[in-house]
Amino acid sequence: MAEHEARRVGLFVTCLVDLIRPTVGFAAVKLMEDARCIVDVPRQSCCGQPAFNSGDRATTREIAAQVIAAFEPFDYVVAPSGSCAGMLKVHYPELFRGDPNWQPRADAFAAKTYELVAFLVDVCGVSRVAARLDATATYHDSCSGLRELGVHDQPRALLRTVEGLRLAEMRDANVCCGFGGTFCVKYPDISDAIVGKKAAAIAATGAGLLLAGDLGCLMNMAGKLQREGSTIEVRHVAEVLAGMTREPAIGLPAPDPAAKAAASKAAGPGPAGVGPMGAKR
Amino acid sequence: MTLASHIATSPRFKDNAKAALADPDLQNALKFVEVNFIARRREVAERLPEFEALRDSARDIKDHTLAYLDLYLEAYEERLTAQGGRLHYAVSADDARRIILDICRDAGARTVTKGKSMVAEEIGLNDFLEGNGVTPVETDLGEYIIQLRHELPSHIIAPAVHLTKAQVEDDFRRVHTHLAPDRNLAEPTSLLAEARGVLREKFLAADVGITGANFLVAETGTSVIVTNEGNGDLTQTLPKVHIVLASLEKLVPTLEDLAQLLRVLARSATGQEMSVYTTLSTGPRRADDPDGPGAYHVVLLDNGRSSMIGGEFRDMLRCIRCGACMNHCPVYHAVGGHAYGWVYPGPMGAVLTPSLIGIDKAGHLPNASTFCGRCEDVCPVRIPLPRMMRSWREREFERHLSPATVRGGLAAWAFFAKRPRLYGLAAAMAARVLHWAGAARGRFSWLPLASGWTRYRDFPAPQGETFQSRWKHRNDRPRPGSPP
Repeated sequence: MAEHEARRVGLFVTCLVDLIRPTVGFAAVKLMEDARCIVDVPRQSCCGQPAFNSGDRATTREIAAQVIAAFEPFDYVVAPSGSCAGMLKVHYPELFRGDPNWQPRADAFAAKTYELVAFLVDVCGVSRVAARLDATATYHDSCSGLRELGVHDQPRALLRTVEGLRLAEMRDANVCCGFGGTFCVKYPDISDAIVGKKAAAIAATGAGLLLAGDLGCLMNMAGKLQREGSTIEVRHVAEVLAGMTREPAIGLPAPDPAAKAAASKAAGPGPAGVGPMGAKR
Repeated sequence: MTLASHIATSPRFKDNAKAALADPDLQNALKFVEVNFIARRREVAERLPEFEALRDSARDIKDHTLAYLDLYLEAYEERLTAQGGRLHYAVSADDARRIILDICRDAGARTVTKGKSMVAEEIGLNDFLEGNGVTPVETDLGEYIIQLRHELPSHIIAPAVHLTKAQVEDDFRRVHTHLAPDRNLAEPTSLLAEARGVLREKFLAADVGITGANFLVAETGTSVIVTNEGNGDLTQTLPKVHIVLASLEKLVPTLEDLAQLLRVLARSATGQEMSVYTTLSTGPRRADDPDGPGAYHVVLLDNGRSSMIGGEFRDMLRCIRCGACMNHCPVYHAVGGHAYGWVYPGPMGAVLTPSLIGIDKAGHLPNASTFCGRCEDVCPVRIPLPRMMRSWREREFERHLSPATVRGGLAAWAFFAKRPRLYGLAAAMAARVLHWAGAARGRFSWLPLASGWTRYRDFPAPQGETFQSRWKHRNDRPRPGSPP
């Protein structure tokens, strides 16, 4: 890698990470900077999936054109989400097929777009991370990352290098969690039945930590686990790989300052990172 | 408008699904699909190194046939006719029903036996024949059971997969009044033996036998059925008239092509290498044949398919009706086949049903998918099912058939999504408000306008500032590992 010129990466934050869990975005930045990338974040909104999957192709095209233009200065576009990366890489070219102006731009854009963990492993050649976490984790394969982009081995390979972390595979890790974007609010009863099965499969592993690469799926599974009273913690895989696990897990409150001080003393100094949130309080 | 479409409950998909989720017998029965079908397919696919290559070849054979369908139809008809068979072209379901009734009447038929045929379900054949004085008897065990129950099949290859053994036993005791109370029917094999006993008389009494066709072979004028019970063979060889009812996309050019497709069909469907019976029929009984029907008719149904050939749903005509898509569908696993409200359930039904009964009636079907992509992943002819479900959503959107709330919400969201600067401001505000309201607990168990989510799950409180507003102050950002 040393002989490479630094890769200029535009981070596609994804609207959920931007709004709900910025830690994931900073974890992505850290991982890529550790892999000698120069990362920047152009102004952005959303990849357009809500419109695309609701059948509104005209709106989707407008949003896609705007995203393609915003990321044209970069060598790579990386998203901490298989679903959004799949939209950018697989579906943007479909949107502009046959358009003499936009098809070449969409194709070029797709060719340089990656899901975060696949980018780290397949493009940057990262084979280990400097992170530590004493936990047993189970990893859920989100559908788009798995089936549209072939993300399967990469996150497991890197997780195996996290010091202290044990991996326990769940049954049917490759089966949908029932999120499906707008599906989960359009057909809540069915979505609930699907995520109920997923929650049972997660619990059956005995793991204390659930990881995946897509915040939508993670929010769905965390929300279900928490509604059922489970204490399993849920995090984006990038948080663990970047050693940024001091932030409360998804859906958990920040501990009160006294408890937090005690906890950090107990944990002792270590490579675990402090998210930018920590500094703000 | 077909007869069967009158009974479509697809517009009530949500209610159907709710009822299905609350039905403990159904939920129990569905485990068979989710566990057994998937495990068997995986095992048999892994054992065959060339399985993926065979899928490519199966796709190519069907694509080629569709591209030259007119030529292969002509060739098929020529071979069929030369062998003494007769081809009837049915444009609509109505045509097909009338053609079949006319053949039955010419034969003076009172009873007809039937092999399993999804196309017969599509045209509502049983009700029609019964209403016209001809008694149809289903001879496939699953179809026989659902005929007793006056139901539609809930799965295209396992029509009664929604039932538990105990439910089937109850039905048999209700209808087979000759059964001694102490007769053991606890095992599937004893149920099968009982059905066989009853059906044996019907096979001998039938004047006409009606089967479907898994394939029609152009080079020989042959129809092909695959079964596991042998009922299809008795249905088509014992009566004096055999009617094959098939839709036009069942055509394949040659016997060699047939052999390729058979290698992916049973593996994808039941996880068998081959079905127990694979039966090729070419015309009526010849002078030196020991048995067989005196007359052989093929009713070839279009019912809107030829208009799919030139359009965006053309790939759907590759379907060989193996059922792998529904076997691997999380939505099907949750609600079963009847919730889809018409003949074809699961992902293939979500694409095909709107073509046959209209997107206005079947709009829920292509929407009720998470787009998880597992169906496309296992389809033996690689039909891009999610892409085509999305195409239906596009047609719905263009015709303003999607619900007003969805359109309104989407328009509001799109207004911001198309204006990243404004979007950033709105997101920053939303993040702050939600963080303020939810930080103490870390999550919400109720949120306005999000009851679809919060009815069943908690919603996490945002961490505070959005990523993009924090990024603007990135130089203040502490490095990981630095003291807080």
